[in-house]
Amino acid sequence: MYEFKYHRPGTVRQAANLLVKNEDAKLIAGGHTLVPVMKQRLASPPHLVDLSHIEGLDTIEMKGRSLVIGATAKHAEVANSAIVGEAIPALAELAGLIGDPAVRHRGTIGGSLANNDPTADYPAAVLALGATIVTNKRRLKAEEYFQGLFSTALEADEIITKVMFPVPKKAAYIKFRNQASRYALVGVFVAKRPSDVRVAVTGAGSDGVFRATAFEEALKKRFSHKVLDGIAVPAEGLNSDLHGSAEYRAHLIGVLTRRAVEAANAKD
Amino acid sequence: MRENLRLTGTHVGCDTSQCGACVVHLDGKAVKSCTTLAVMADGHEVKTIEGLAADGAPLHPMQEAFREHHGLQCGFCTPGMIMTAVDLVHRKGHELSDEVIREELEGNLCRCTGYQNIVASIAAGAKAMAKSDLA
Ligand SMILES: Cc1cc2nc3c(=O)[nH]c(=O)nc-3n(C[C@H](O)[C@H](O)[C@H](O)COP(=O)(O)OP(=O)(O)OC[C@H]3O[C@@H](n4cnc5c(N)ncnc54)[C@H](O)[C@@H]3O)c2cc1C
Ligand code: FES
Ligand code: FES
Repeated sequence: MYEFKYHRPGTVRQAANLLVKNEDAKLIAGGHTLVPVMKQRLASPPHLVDLSHIEGLDTIEMKGRSLVIGATAKHAEVANSAIVGEAIPALAELAGLIGDPAVRHRGTIGGSLANNDPTADYPAAVLALGATIVTNKRRLKAEEYFQGLFSTALEADEIITKVMFPVPKKAAYIKFRNQASRYALVGVFVAKRPSDVRVAVTGAGSDGVFRATAFEEALKKRFSHKVLDGIAVPAEGLNSDLHGSAEYRAHLIGVLTRRAVEAANAKD
Repeated sequence: MRENLRLTGTHVGCDTSQCGACVVHLDGKAVKSCTTLAVMADGHEVKTIEGLAADGAPLHPMQEAFREHHGLQCGFCTPGMIMTAVDLVHRKGHELSDEVIREELEGNLCRCTGYQNIVASIAAGAKAMAKSDLA
């Protein structure tokens, strides 16, 4: 490893000050994206600001009608949380599908959302559930937060503190894993919300997570996989690589959406 | 751990968080040490394969089960398999189905055994841990 200065702030305010004071400083939470990137020398921040020792930043709780998950909550904590399992079981299941048990012991929801990998799982849940990303500066709606591949509305010195998920009526996430990386080749999160239905797709879009609006409109009329017959997502704009063509991914989106709707209905 | 503490039981397989040969316990939970910054572990407890049983003392029941059930060939993946298995028992108890064990080994690769005997070793080791003082 090359040299860097390590900081262990005790509060979000201290962490934010460290970011302002040290240009090129980077936050580190679980390190399960940043450490590999540093080892490959794709990033070499001179300062690392460790969020993992800030007390209370990993709290999971209900606030009114919303499930609130702290930024440094680890994937395993979300997967096993009774509060998440009760409020939004699909979200607990999603967290339990990330990587492997050891990865889930380190990786965090805040780190995953800040990274916005186009094949990551959490972005699909955040967009489908219409979650709000809360930072030390403001609140961002999911639609304005995600801005393309590995790109978000976050400013350089902005810290995600928590994510607020409104509780849906029904929801399910179905992931088709990439056989090698185990990230999503395609993942579909379907949420039946009080006012509408949302279908968010990860892994497939060449611009990152997106909503399948044609499916949403059909499902809003009737929340049954049968209404999806004859509707397809166009292959244009989808990823094509050695793991699967755009046409294959388009097909998978249809199949996984049907399965997700069936799974959501089966949870009654 | 390997170079400064000379604890060479923990192996570096891929160094890219794929293979699980480097798994240790951080505050009692299995983590991939190749992807964990040492400074972040300052003030926390790290347990490596060397810490499962004292020098010269009988093996930990999970180690013994791997020996007994031929859960290794070259042995390169074994420290990570065993640390992962012990963590699995802590989380899911002593009666583990083959299906659960296979699912939980998602992040551990073995290039020799074909996994069959690793799964058998873990099932037996999990049961044996119920009767042992070694956690
Ligand atoms: C083997 C392996 C398999 C994986 N499989 C999957 C998978 O199947 N699905 C999936 O979705 N992910 C997967 N991941 C990624 C994993 O979920 C990462 O842990 C996660 O993407 C990043 O979280 P982290 O806490 O480790 O972030 P870090 O690596 O600590 O940080 C990542 C980035 O986010 C920034 N950051 C961290 N926290 C904050 C914050 N609170 N506010 C603002 N910026 C912040 C950092 O500065 C950095 O740029 C896998 C990772 C590995 C190593
Ligand atoms: S060496 Fe750490 S996972 Fe392979
Ligand atoms: S025994 Fe050789 S890699 Fe597993």
